[in-house]
Formats: sequence, C-alpha cells, structure tokens
Amino acid sequence: MKTLVWVEHDNASVKDATLSAVTAAASMGDVDLLVAGKGVRAVAEQAANIEPARKVLLADDAAYEHALPENLAPLVVGLMQGYDAFVVPATTTGKNVAPRVAALLDVMQLSEIISVEGRKTFTRTIYAGNAVATVESHDAKLVVTVRGTAFDKAAANGGSAAIEDVSGPGDAGTSRFVSAEIARSERPELTSAKIIVSGGRALKDAATFDEVITPLAEKLGAGVGASRAAVDAGYVPNDFQVGQTGKIVAPEVYFAIGISGAIQHLAGMKDSKTIIAINKDEDAPIFQVADIGLVADLFKAVPELTGKIR
Amino acid sequence: MKILVPVKRVIDYNVKPRVKADGSGVDLSNVKMSMNPFDEIAVEEAVRLKEKGKAEEIVVVSIGPAKAQDTLRTALAMGVDRAILVQVDDAVEVEPLAVAKILKAIADVESPGLVLLGKQSISDDSNQTGQMLAALMDRPQGTFANSVDVEGGAVIVKREVDGGLETVELTLPAIVTTDLRLNEPRYASLPNIMKAKAKPLEIRSPADYDIDISPRIATLKVVEPPVRSAGVRVADVDELVAKLTSLGIA
Ligand SMILES: Cc1cc2nc3c(=O)[nH]c(=O)nc-3n(C[C@H](O)[C@H](O)[C@H](O)COP(=O)(O)OP(=O)(O)OC[C@H]3O[C@@H](n4cnc5c(N)ncnc54)[C@H](O)[C@@H]3O)c2cc1C
Ligand SMILES: Cc1cc2nc3c(=O)[nH]c(=O)nc-3n(C[C@H](O)[C@H](O)[C@H](O)COP(=O)(O)OP(=O)(O)OC[C@H]3O[C@@H](n4cnc5c(N)ncnc54)[C@H](O)[C@@H]3O)c2cc1C
Repeated sequence: MKTLVWVEHDNASVKDATLSAVTAAASMGDVDLLVAGKGVRAVAEQAANIEPARKVLLADDAAYEHALPENLAPLVVGLMQGYDAFVVPATTTGKNVAPRVAALLDVMQLSEIISVEGRKTFTRTIYAGNAVATVESHDAKLVVTVRGTAFDKAAANGGSAAIEDVSGPGDAGTSRFVSAEIARSERPELTSAKIIVSGGRALKDAATFDEVITPLAEKLGAGVGASRAAVDAGYVPNDFQVGQTGKIVAPEVYFAIGISGAIQHLAGMKDSKTIIAINKDEDAPIFQVADIGLVADLFKAVPELTGKIR
Repeated sequence: MKILVPVKRVIDYNVKPRVKADGSGVDLSNVKMSMNPFDEIAVEEAVRLKEKGKAEEIVVVSIGPAKAQDTLRTALAMGVDRAILVQVDDAVEVEPLAVAKILKAIADVESPGLVLLGKQSISDDSNQTGQMLAALMDRPQGTFANSVDVEGGAVIVKREVDGGLETVELTLPAIVTTDLRLNEPRYASLPNIMKAKAKPLEIRSPADYDIDISPRIATLKVVEPPVRSAGVRVADVDELVAKLTSLGIA
C-alpha cells in the first residue's frame, strides 16, 4: 500500500504529531510525506530526514501558508491519484483538512485510529473512550487520522528522502486567514509533555490557578493542563483543555488536582502511565483511575508538595 | 439569510455507555438520549443570529429514527422556525459521509447562507460531518468556532486550535462547526415548548434525496477498553513525595 502522510508544521519546523502518524502509516505500507506551506523548503528538508520516508512532496505556495482546508483539500485530492491512503495526525489542523479530502474522494474517514490491525482494519475509541471499536473500511482509498498518543514517534533523523516539487490549484478564493493568537508558553506542549499537571474548577480563578499549579509544573518541568470547567471559567486558555473534546494526552505522569474525574475528562488522560490525584472528596471518581491518590485540601497539599520536591 | 442547523440525537452526556455483551456495539436500549451538546450550541448560535437580525429563518434537520422528532422539537422550542426529519429505521446508523450527502441535497433546496453544525457528536466522536458537507457544497468552513460574526457577505470565525485561537474570514454561504465556548445554550421555556408543538416538522426519507446510505465502514466488534484499577491512597504529602521519588520524578 502507498501512503501519503500530511506533515504538520508551523512553516518553520515539523510538529511532533507528524512522527506518530508516520509510524501508523509505516505499518500500512510505503510512506511519502506532503509538506504544504509558504517558504517551507527547510521544513521539507527536515521532513526528508524522517526515517521511513521515501519521498517528500513539497507544495510551496502562499495559498497553503495557513493550512486553509479550502485550498489544501484540492491539492491533496490531486496527489491522491498516486496513493492508497492519506494519513493525517489528529490535531486540530489535521481534523480540519482530512474530512474535506475524504468527502472529495467519496470515502468515509477513519477518525483517530489507535491501532492498525490489517490492510483496512483499525481500532478507534468511541463514546468518550468507553468503548473500543474494530472497524474495517470498504472504500477503495483510505483517509485516516491518527491519535498521536497511541503510536510511537518515528525517528526524526536517519532518513534521506528525495524532495519533489508539486503544485495544486492554489487559492480557492473563499476563505482568508485573518489572525492567530497563539499562546507562547514556557511549559512543554501538552501532547508531547512527559509530565502534566492539570487543575480543575477547585482552583477558583486565573490568579489562584497560576499561583498553585504553575510552580509545581515548573519544578517538575511539566506541561500544564486543565478540565473543561477550569477553561470555561477562564482560569486558563482553551488549548489547555484535556478530555474527550479537548486534547488527548498520555504522559508518563499525570497530576489531576481539584478535578472530579468526569468521563469526558477521563477520556483525555486515562492512558497516562501513572495518574496522581489530589482531591478533598474521598469519593471523587478520579480516585477510581488514580494510581496514587491523596485526599487533601489542595491549597495546603500542593504548595507543600512543591516545596518538598527537589 | 436562512440558517440550516443539523442536529443529532445521541446518548445523554451524563450516561456512562455500556458495551453489549456480544461485542456488537454500545447498548442504547433504555438509556436517556438527548440532543448532541455541540448541536445545542449550534441551535443557540442560530437563534442569537436571528435575534440580532442577521438571519430571517432557521431550519433544523436530523437524520435519525422517529424518536429524533423529540430532538427536533427541543430545537423548535429554543426558537427554530421549522424542522425536517430524514427518517431511518431505529437500528440504522448513518455514517457522516452519507449524512453530509443528505445535508447537501437539503442545502440545494433550502439555499442557506450559513450551516451551523456541532464539531463532533459525543457518540461516535467522528468530527467530520461539517468538513465533509463543506467539501460537497464546495464552500468554505470554519470549524471549532469560539465566536461567529456575520458581516455583509462574510462570516468571521474565531477558531479553537491546538496552540490557541485562529481567526478566518469566509465568504457566504459557509459552514461553521461549534466548539464548547461559543455560547451557553438556553433552556426552552414552557410556553415555547407548547408553541413548538405547532411548528412545522416535515418527515422525509433518504430515498427522497436519492442518497445511498449503505455503510462504507463495517464495525467488526466493540469491546470495553482495558480498565484501570484504582491504585493506592497515600496518607500525606511526605508519602506522596516518597512515591514520586520511587518513580524517579522527585
Ligand atoms: C459535550 C461535553 C464535552 C465535555 N468535554 C470535556 C473535556 O474535554 N474535558 C473535561 O475536562 N471536561 C469536559 N466536559 C465537562 C465534564 O463533564 C465536567 O463538567 C468537567 O470535567 C468538570 O471539571 P472539574 O473536575 O474541574 O470540576 P468539578 O466536577 O466541579 O470538580 C471539582 C473537584 O475539585 C474538588 N475540590 C474542590 N475544592 C477542593 C480543594 N480545596 N482541595 C482539593 N479538591 C477540591 C472537588 O471535590 C471536585 O471533585 C464536557 C462536557 C460536555 C457536556
Ligand atoms: C457502537 C457503534 C457502532 C456502529 N456501527 C455501525 C455500523 O454497523 N454501520 C455503520 O454504518 N455505522 C456504524 N457506526 C458509525 C456511526 O453510527 C456513524 O458514523 C456516526 O454515528 C456518525 O458520526 P458522528 O455523529 O460522530 O459525526 P460527527 O462528524 O462527529 O458529527 C458532527 C455533527 O454533524 C451533525 N450530524 C451528524 N450526524 C447527524 C445526523 N444523523 N443528523 C443530523 N446531523 C448530524 C451534527 O451537527 C453533529 O454535531 C457505529 C457507531 C458506533 C458508535
């Protein structure tokens, strides 16, 4: 099978989520990569080092700078004549583009697969992770999005793929990028952090969240996450949300602080290796999944913990 | 401008889904079903746009079993003008691609300026119907909307993306999918629930639109995920620190 993997990047470097998608694609067949953007030859050169890649297709055009799906989808559909599967990391950008490609190819997308079981057979979670379905596609071509936490990352170095220029129809003229407010954080990105410290509604307000959670995260070199309740209440920006409808994470260690453990939250973090919960309610559902639980008032326990960690 | 809002009847978000013993799927008999929460947000946004004078008429549509009429009535009670149910048998699950094709056929007739959908349904978590509809209509899409402003012939959508927020401007007609923070849906008042009963609800079938809804994806089996067993309780912070040290992180 010939697969084309969509490379997620910020016009400067390849994003980690791409590497998990490459691993999934490599277990399906041959892997070529698509780098679409503006002024992205350096990104293509970086992508060419990804271990199993045979070829990097480079579409360098202002129309692709902001990954607008109206412009990208026709480009991909043209390229898919030569491929059996389009494989995309299940990031917000990937999820924006892939279904548009699938519809134009008249195929059903397989969303957020967590394993490759056979040529056209995959597993994916449904109902907020409360069930795992094994699904088989009957379409001629596949469009697949890949959950990053479910696959190891392919080696970013060691490959030597050839770079080939390609082009598509360019600007569809129906959408325009206006602006982006991308938070620059000193903390590691959630989807690749080894340790995550998450806070919930109990943190009261933005200032308290920052006073209690951030120092612990700093001490541990951890990423900072949150429950939906904490995001809705404005303690932290939307991209901190962990859960069914936020980010899916699986770090080595996940701290759930003042988070009750609603199924929608668990859906986003229950594949973490070790879960540590601090909650004052000993019956909180989070304790049913926690490896280490501490029943305590977080406003006392967390500063004490931060102080006692070397 | 007319707004089209597709809504799906799904398991209520408070219900913990149970996998059927024979592995054929999730047991939906006798469980509470509700409107997909993201679709409530879509309905609310449409009603607000109408209240602001940006839209004249709102049409909701659901593809689902006869019981999806309840979901449509809920939308009518929130302020929607009329409803269309594309009825399928109880056991039939229509895939997003087929849903998008039916919605496209309806959009061809209704000519909406805006189609507002949920970003994902909380049942199958596919997150694809809106994008597919946009592709089939060859119109722009603003997914995961945090705010929606209709100005002249365009809609400005602020989107929730991995790194933060992104704003795009789309030429109408356009497709928008809702994220959690777009608005807080209203509760329908009793008088409005009564009034909704008299609002038009048309029942159609996929065949009326000449759409083949046979599935492209076969579900071979559905199982429970591995369960995590509860671990240990520590008595105090010192004990927690000791555990963290043994994990090599403190
Ligand atoms: C469509 C939909 C999608 C959703 N998606 C998500 C999602 O992706 N992610 C997500 O997280 N949620 C999601 N939710 C929301 C989810 O259902 C819960 O409402 C939410 O996770 C609750 O957040 P919380 O645990 O912070 O708040 P709460 O449930 O209010 O829990 C607060 C906890 O803090 C504890 N506490 C309070 N004070 C202290 C103290 N001083 N010390 C120690 N502990 C204390 C309490 O005992 C309680 O357990 C979604 C809901 C819907 C309907
Ligand atoms: C346990 C299980 C077993 C399954 N088995 C089968 C099977 O045997 N055969 C099969 O063909 N499929 C099967 N499916 C697939 C499944 O039924 C559909 O693909 C899925 O429900 C539709 O995806 P979604 O609603 O998550 O789409 P999303 O793309 O997540 O939905 C986004 C938005 O699109 C709109 N929308 C979606 N659907 C509708 C609708 N029906 N009416 C109106 N608006 C809508 C809503 O605005 C919604 O918010 C199964 C699914 C599950 C969970």
